[in-house]
Amino acid sequence: MNAQEPVLVAAGLEKSFFGVTVLRGVGLTLYPGQVHGLVGENGAGKSTFMKILAGVYQRDAGTVTFGGEAVEFGHPVQAMKAGLATVFQEFNLLPDRSVAQNVFLGREPRRAGFVDQRGMVAATRSLLSELGIDFIDPTSRVGTLTVAEQQIVEIAKALSYDARVISMDEPTAALSDNEVALLYAIIRRLQARGVAILYVSHRLKEIFDLCDTITVLKDGALVSSGPTSELDTNELVRRMVGRSIETFFPAALDDTTVGDVRLAVTDAGNGFVDGIDLELRAGEIVGVSGLQGSGRTELVEGIFGVTPFTRGSMALDGETVRITRARTAVRRGIALITEDRKAQGLAVNQSVLDNALLVIRGVFARRTAEVRRSIPGVMTSLEVSSHGLDQEVQFLSGGNQQKVVLAKWLATKPRVVLLDEPTRGIDVGAKIAVYALMRTLAQEGVAILMISSELPEVIGMSDRILVMHDGRIAAELPSGSTEEAVLSAATGHAPTTAGTDLGGVA
Amino acid sequence: MSEASVRPLRRRRRIDSTALVYLALLGVIIVSAILVATVGRSFFSAGNIRDILTGMSVLGFVAIGQTLVILCGSLDLSVPYVVSLSSLIAADTMKGSAANIAPAVLAALAVAAVIGLVNGLIVTKLHVNGFIATLGMGLIIKGYLDTNYKGTSGDVPWEFQLIGATGVGPIPVSTILMIVVALLAALFLSRTRTGNHMFAVGGNEQVARLSGIRTAQPIIVAHVLCSVTAAFAGLLLASRLGVGSPTVGIQGGYDLLSIAAVVLGGTILAGGRGSVWGTIGGVAIFAVLDNVMSVLQVNPFMKDVVRGVVIVAAVAVYTARQVERRRARFGADGGADTDPDVDPSPSDRVSESVKGGSV
Repeated sequence: MNAQEPVLVAAGLEKSFFGVTVLRGVGLTLYPGQVHGLVGENGAGKSTFMKILAGVYQRDAGTVTFGGEAVEFGHPVQAMKAGLATVFQEFNLLPDRSVAQNVFLGREPRRAGFVDQRGMVAATRSLLSELGIDFIDPTSRVGTLTVAEQQIVEIAKALSYDARVISMDEPTAALSDNEVALLYAIIRRLQARGVAILYVSHRLKEIFDLCDTITVLKDGALVSSGPTSELDTNELVRRMVGRSIETFFPAALDDTTVGDVRLAVTDAGNGFVDGIDLELRAGEIVGVSGLQGSGRTELVEGIFGVTPFTRGSMALDGETVRITRARTAVRRGIALITEDRKAQGLAVNQSVLDNALLVIRGVFARRTAEVRRSIPGVMTSLEVSSHGLDQEVQFLSGGNQQKVVLAKWLATKPRVVLLDEPTRGIDVGAKIAVYALMRTLAQEGVAILMISSELPEVIGMSDRILVMHDGRIAAELPSGSTEEAVLSAATGHAPTTAGTDLGGVA
Repeated sequence: MSEASVRPLRRRRRIDSTALVYLALLGVIIVSAILVATVGRSFFSAGNIRDILTGMSVLGFVAIGQTLVILCGSLDLSVPYVVSLSSLIAADTMKGSAANIAPAVLAALAVAAVIGLVNGLIVTKLHVNGFIATLGMGLIIKGYLDTNYKGTSGDVPWEFQLIGATGVGPIPVSTILMIVVALLAALFLSRTRTGNHMFAVGGNEQVARLSGIRTAQPIIVAHVLCSVTAAFAGLLLASRLGVGSPTVGIQGGYDLLSIAAVVLGGTILAGGRGSVWGTIGGVAIFAVLDNVMSVLQVNPFMKDVVRGVVIVAAVAVYTARQVERRRARFGADGGADTDPDVDPSPSDRVSESVKGGSV
């Protein structure tokens, strides 16, 4: 396919923000019908690169040739109209408007001067059927759709601009395996139409499944750009981070001992989970796997009292407790690192310091002064890179934000730490920092429950693995179980092959 | 769940907000009819219906415009002063002569449009929050009115007074006009790009901008239309009173009442979702409540208490509807929820369609 003219050539792109160079001479070439993987740690410059192509940012230097012409997009809509569409991680959709109204937002078709709602619905339906989708009603409100369906709406929107290039930023970050399979199918269809796809993902399995060419970025510079066949997972990881896959999951620290039961949950349940029996021991890391919607988050929300258990019982260090509010849980020494950092973990407009003290001020106000003094040290030990404690956390990278969340909970000296997708959307360096911290906590005798969608992470970090299915704990597997075993329990039947994270290291 | 027949996609259909408003209206009417009957009067008499509809039209005009502004995520607190000002401009310009009706109406509407334009420009170009911008504008107009008018002014000719006084059967002309304006506003929202973009700008300005919408334009248009409908209300009041009045707007409390009616009608105060017909339903609920309390000779202060309770209760109901998103999988006693209408989980649904050969 490379015999064709390239549809997009970017060369020597440079960009800096406030004096910090984030891209130095990055370029790549996209051919029609190609799926081109763009990988690199967070902060490697992938998002900046995409946003320059999409017209969100303006480049400082370099050239972009699109369809044979040099282009300079000043606005995303300009790029869209030229046929270069981007599906961002955060969707640009209006939840209260219909699918059709969203697809044609800003350029609603008109008949005799009036918006042609019916025509809009028909056009949307045919766009969706081009993608092979018949289960999304163009008239339904986008807010009622699942994340996967919303993503399809975004892709349909891109298609409606007759896009020749669609770039996708972490399209599978929030999808379950079955939904990933559907996305694969859609990408294959787009590819068959001659659309070039620029595919950014942390999940290396997907990169190898989908892409024929892979471009690797590191620290804002181009490492390599070439056919997938020249690479394997280890080599790719080495190029991304300069270390190999084995060193990813640190082993338990030497003097870690699994001690007494810290948290015991007996036959607990509420509207979302049922028959929950689990024990977390001091020094133990228990992994929780399961598909999206299987009740993983609801399990920790039950323990933490956000959506309290309505039956069953719970004991902390042998003492029966009843936790119906998050405040009680915090007082009892439980910490919950939530799945959605920005919405549930941080006050994004407040400073690093204010966020680190959030729980202390709220629940243990008397200890504020004492903890306040320890914060600079904690930040240093977690290697948070910020412009100082006064910086608003919204300006930090995902990894550093997550470290602030961790610092906030460490300040409470918890006995039980519940982690919900602790490494989602953060770079490899930060991931390793999170893993190391988990090991340290275990050594100190904290009981840890970690939910993760990434099977290698669950398998690599856990002493035991609980697998949830349909609101119940479907299986408890020993450390070192295979991904197939975990998946078959998670799906409630025979193992599937759809989009597992065999190489999902980053 | 794997070999189960491919289930047609079915989402639990919730009754939409506007329908809920009219259900509530129906309930209020039924209760009112019974209450009115207990004092030996008929709620459905032509006279009573005319009273209710008359009571609807002034607030209706103001609330239609307010709906547009709130949909955009803004707010207009200057409406009562626009109502007063336009009644004065109209009455002063008419000077009791039927020949002056057309120029008077045009002058009132034009001045209102300019006020709305300024409101819109302040909100969009100076980035002043709509609440503050229109509060300031309201104070400016109030200052002008207080300085220049000591009481009622002007003289409305009999021909113009007919608008406020006549009707078709029990339906006042003013109500018909108000419904026509509501119809136009609803069409505007659904059938023009600007109307469509009002939802977008109010729902998420960032999304609107990234979709290539000029975000200022819908907001400015909404403010202009809001002031113009407030002027309609002022004209109608002038027609009823026969004079212009510098205090008629603020006496009616049209700023907060119109916002209350809009919210009662299911429009979200933050913008992005709502409808004109919901607002009309909200206005009707207020009108029926007022009417029944008048008929029952309830203490006038009690009226406000009832209004207050209704608006708070309504919003509480809407919020509860919003919150109940995640559906329970298990019953309270621990048994699996046997509700046959439970959707298959999203992943199952997607996988089914994959297996169904659609991809």
